[in-house]
Amino acid sequence: MADYEPILGRYLRLDHAGRPHRLYVEEAGQGIPLVCLHTAGADGRQWRHVLNDAEITRHFRVLAFDMPWHGKSLPPAGWQDEEYRLTTQGYIDLVLAFIETLGLERPVVMGCSIGGKIVLELARLHAPMFRALIGLESADYQAPWYDDTGWLHRPDVHGGEVSGAMMSGLIAPQSPSETRWDTLWMYMQGGPGVFKGDLHFYRADGDFRDRVAEIDTSRCPLYLLTGEYDFSCTPADTERTAAKIKGARVTVMREIGHFPMSENPAQFRRYIAPVLEEIRATG
Amino acid sequence: MPGVFDRLPEWVNADAALVRRGRYLSATFLVETGDTAWLVTVHEGRVTRVERGPFLMREWAFAIRASAEAWRRFWEPVPAPGFHDLFALTKGGHARVEGDLQPLMANLRYVKDLIALPRGRA
Repeated sequence: MADYEPILGRYLRLDHAGRPHRLYVEEAGQGIPLVCLHTAGADGRQWRHVLNDAEITRHFRVLAFDMPWHGKSLPPAGWQDEEYRLTTQGYIDLVLAFIETLGLERPVVMGCSIGGKIVLELARLHAPMFRALIGLESADYQAPWYDDTGWLHRPDVHGGEVSGAMMSGLIAPQSPSETRWDTLWMYMQGGPGVFKGDLHFYRADGDFRDRVAEIDTSRCPLYLLTGEYDFSCTPADTERTAAKIKGARVTVMREIGHFPMSENPAQFRRYIAPVLEEIRATG
Repeated sequence: MPGVFDRLPEWVNADAALVRRGRYLSATFLVETGDTAWLVTVHEGRVTRVERGPFLMREWAFAIRASAEAWRRFWEPVPAPGFHDLFALTKGGHARVEGDLQPLMANLRYVKDLIALPRGRA
């Protein structure tokens, strides 16, 4: 008998930014919708261990899509003459379009890195839509750790190789070899300029220092979890952000870097399972 | 006094995967460990020469400079957060990367692996 995983992958047609898109979506489980947002320059495979976790999918309908230009989602027609750049508004519109198209009612959204950052704006602007919001490696701002993202997209440096080599440092030394290299492979596979385009949002457009204090966690709970080995979005960045948001819940995850769900699924589970349980219990 | 990079040619050249990864790199680069300077010459992924300073007037493509204490922590078997990666060191102000960065960035995984070789051996 074929050894299929319980994950179902499908393509979703969706209009976004005035253009038709074809989005690759993976899904498993039933219950409370849990929409998972991948990091910059990667794709939904980062969530494979959450999607395969029977204890989670027993109560949650887990959905992870590849953003346009990422993974198995193609760029929109005409991309060949464009420079891809993710913006705050574009990212919010994408997440809302996904939720609306699928008719998800009061989903939980859990995002990592850029996904964790957009969760802050979802919390500020659209709190009543969500049952809870979870930001992994999330901050209102994080100081850059290299000067020029141009290194990620130029003809004399292989974009995939350099992206993987850069990201290798953001993985905790304790993370298992197999999942470390799975995680880096996704970075090595990114399209030209896509990671750099996402970082426009992460490093420039997504500076939310002037607005996170407006988040009202009484309208929607906000959980922020950050790995101790993440020097891109550090625990201090997350704690500084949370200090401005009354009621935000912060957890620093030991022996984890920038990619909790992907680099060390077992360790991540220790931290995320109680959060999901609490969300479920409080309805 | 034996130096931390004395055995670098042996370590690198015995590692076929590492040599293959660096096969397009031929360059000399500088590594400073506190007061000690090292010039490492790589030819097509093999380390052909390691020289210990001081140097008066030498060329190199790029330089990686950090304090002896920063390297000591970087080379611990399980380094602490902030000391576990070259760019963690630079962001924390513990290391500087200078010079012609193209050969470094084009061969970043190779160079990162190379400078980490003393980890657990130093």
